[in-house]
Amino acid sequence: MSLFSGLKERLRDGLKRSQEYLATGLATVLEADRPIDDTLYEELEELLIAADLGAAIAADFTNRAREEVMFGTVTRADQLRPLFRRFLVDALKPAAQPLNLDARPSVLLMLGVNGAGKTTTAAKLAASLKGDGRQVLLAAADTFRAAAIEQLETWGTRIGVDVIRQAAGSDPAAVVFDAVKAALARRADVLVVDTAGRLHTKSNLMDELAKLRRVIERQCPGGPHESLMVLDAPTGQNGFAQAQMFHEAIGLSGVCLTKLDGTAKGGIVVRIVRELKLPIKLVGVGERVEDLKAFDADAFVDALVPADPAGGPRE
Amino acid sequence: MLDSLSARLTAIFDRLGGQGRLSEENIQEALREVRVALLEADVNFKVVRGFIDRVKVRAVGQDVLKSLTPAQQVVKVVHDELVELLGGSGHRLAPAAHPPTVVMLIGLQGSGKTTTAAKLARLYAKQGQHPILAAADTYRPAAQDQLKTLGAQLDVPVVDDGRTPVEICRAALESAAARGLTPLILDTAGRLHIDETMLDELKQIRAAVKPHHVLLVVDAMTGQDAVTVADRFNQAVGIDAVILTKMDGDSRGGAALSVRHVTGRPIAFVGMGEKTDALEPFHPDRLASRILGMGDIVSLVEKAQQNVDQAQAEEMVRKLREETFTLEDFRAQLKQVRALGPLDQVMGMLPFGKMLKGAPKELSGEQADLDRFEAIICSMTPGERRNPEVINGSRRQRIARGSGSSVQDVNRLLKQFAQLKKMMKQFKSMEGRLGKLKGLGGFPMPRG
Repeated sequence: MSLFSGLKERLRDGLKRSQEYLATGLATVLEADRPIDDTLYEELEELLIAADLGAAIAADFTNRAREEVMFGTVTRADQLRPLFRRFLVDALKPAAQPLNLDARPSVLLMLGVNGAGKTTTAAKLAASLKGDGRQVLLAAADTFRAAAIEQLETWGTRIGVDVIRQAAGSDPAAVVFDAVKAALARRADVLVVDTAGRLHTKSNLMDELAKLRRVIERQCPGGPHESLMVLDAPTGQNGFAQAQMFHEAIGLSGVCLTKLDGTAKGGIVVRIVRELKLPIKLVGVGERVEDLKAFDADAFVDALVPADPAGGPRE
Repeated sequence: MLDSLSARLTAIFDRLGGQGRLSEENIQEALREVRVALLEADVNFKVVRGFIDRVKVRAVGQDVLKSLTPAQQVVKVVHDELVELLGGSGHRLAPAAHPPTVVMLIGLQGSGKTTTAAKLARLYAKQGQHPILAAADTYRPAAQDQLKTLGAQLDVPVVDDGRTPVEICRAALESAAARGLTPLILDTAGRLHIDETMLDELKQIRAAVKPHHVLLVVDAMTGQDAVTVADRFNQAVGIDAVILTKMDGDSRGGAALSVRHVTGRPIAFVGMGEKTDALEPFHPDRLASRILGMGDIVSLVEKAQQNVDQAQAEEMVRKLREETFTLEDFRAQLKQVRALGPLDQVMGMLPFGKMLKGAPKELSGEQADLDRFEAIICSMTPGERRNPEVINGSRRQRIARGSGSSVQDVNRLLKQFAQLKKMMKQFKSMEGRLGKLKGLGGFPMPRG
């Protein structure tokens, strides 16, 4: 399956730039002969903060490192790198889970705040699943933003996937209703639903989303089989509030982390995974369809804390 | 984060005991809290480091003002420093000597450029100018359609002639000059700040149409990377001001401070919603409060002032005092509360609102109550509204049926109304003792 092959290389490829940037920082922080002192801890903590892991998690990791040093399991500064990598991998390992595509049709609901990349991700996902030989349908349930439907239709034509749509401004629940009906009638394997961007603080829009969920549930028991929050990597600490409130409102099945091809590292997902126990189902590392990948904890941690200062292979 | 910075600082200073003067020692722990608050608000850690040093210099040796506690004093110093760094309010986009004034929007994908372009056009049109838009995003599918749809809604012309973004911008400039339209607002494609090819394109556009104002559009939810983004765009293309978008959410917006710090450019506007009228001038003091987690009380007060009729409120106070407050008045009051917007959004603007954030379901329950109460009152006869005592069992059943609620709901409303009247009586007797009680129709203002 194209979606789950060669992803480690790809992710590393896409993250190379941020890796290079961070590697220079870490090289100086973690020189072997550096004394382990408060300044070093502070610098380590700031590296994690710089990757958007948040002050609380950065402090927690640093404190755990202090303990290891206290117990004598770590004696040199350059041993801290593998230690931090272990903390991160331990935290993120449970997050690598594949998409749930067993049902037929499998209904995948894409949601998130404005501008996170829902439409693009929905289209790329549809293309990728089609490439695996599945019959895929797209639903244009963003009826609010101007030309959102046209945007998805252009994608549909480009990737050869039918788009179920209605006029702009129509009821998204009606679009979803039609789309699920069409998916059932055509015996499609997967239906990917693109919804309008909404801030998690707007209660009326969250209610609308819950309604979309109910419409899917009613017609297609067990659905939606995935409710994926699309989160872009530049997002800071607010990403946690987003995940928390979307999760409360409709129950998420996972997160898609997009735009990892910039310099942002998307560290907020560490907190989302740790506290909300949500998996990361997909990552976007570039503009091409092939750049949407399954999440790999090792590759992701490689980008956050490279294995060695040159950014070469891991130990 | 459950409590605001002031509450946490108060706890620290309580432990330290009463302090008459801020010293290096006694503010150490307080500054650590300030640091965490800023980091939680997404201010870049390097910016935080410099900021804390400056606050320390400013705070140490200060006498605690008589009216303030040490915690409040520290918050005040931090707040003042933030306001100063965030810069003066309302950066004006000065019109060019030779129109059309050209405004160019640049930024990452999904930061909100197209929506902001439409908002700017609407703002200018409202000021009596005749804006024109250029749809220069030829990459994202249907991006030009999006701007054209928005342009049609606002009755603002949109130019999209040309194959390349540079051609489109040039054509738009010619069109603006020929038709005497100004300003010209260029909507460019979103791009990564490390994509050299795409940055070159912005430079070409810049060279071709010589914009008077290049505005960087930044998502308020951006994290630590905001400094890199702003710095690269500024280095590569050069920016004149910043627009902060999606500020209607609950992000603390610390990215603004980072961007301001690395570019030295002012924040011109903030985007406060999805609709095209949701563009507001920037207020550094409000953002400073927000970054510190102190809530945006000023915005709430303004909202209240906009939505609550002063005369009506005074009338209400008079009625309460004379005990002629009826269910009719109660309904009017409910309407005013509802006019402020969904309760959970109102709560989000309050400092203690964060505490309630954990219970949004209960809040939307309150909201449903308001809706139901209004329906119930509407199902009463005018006589019943003036004199609820006449509402007996069969009337209750009729009212419940008419409003689609249950008799229990009607009872609950009547009980709450009775309680309210009783409370008013107590207020009145208190008033007699304490002298004039003012602002009864107003809103309880929590202390920041």
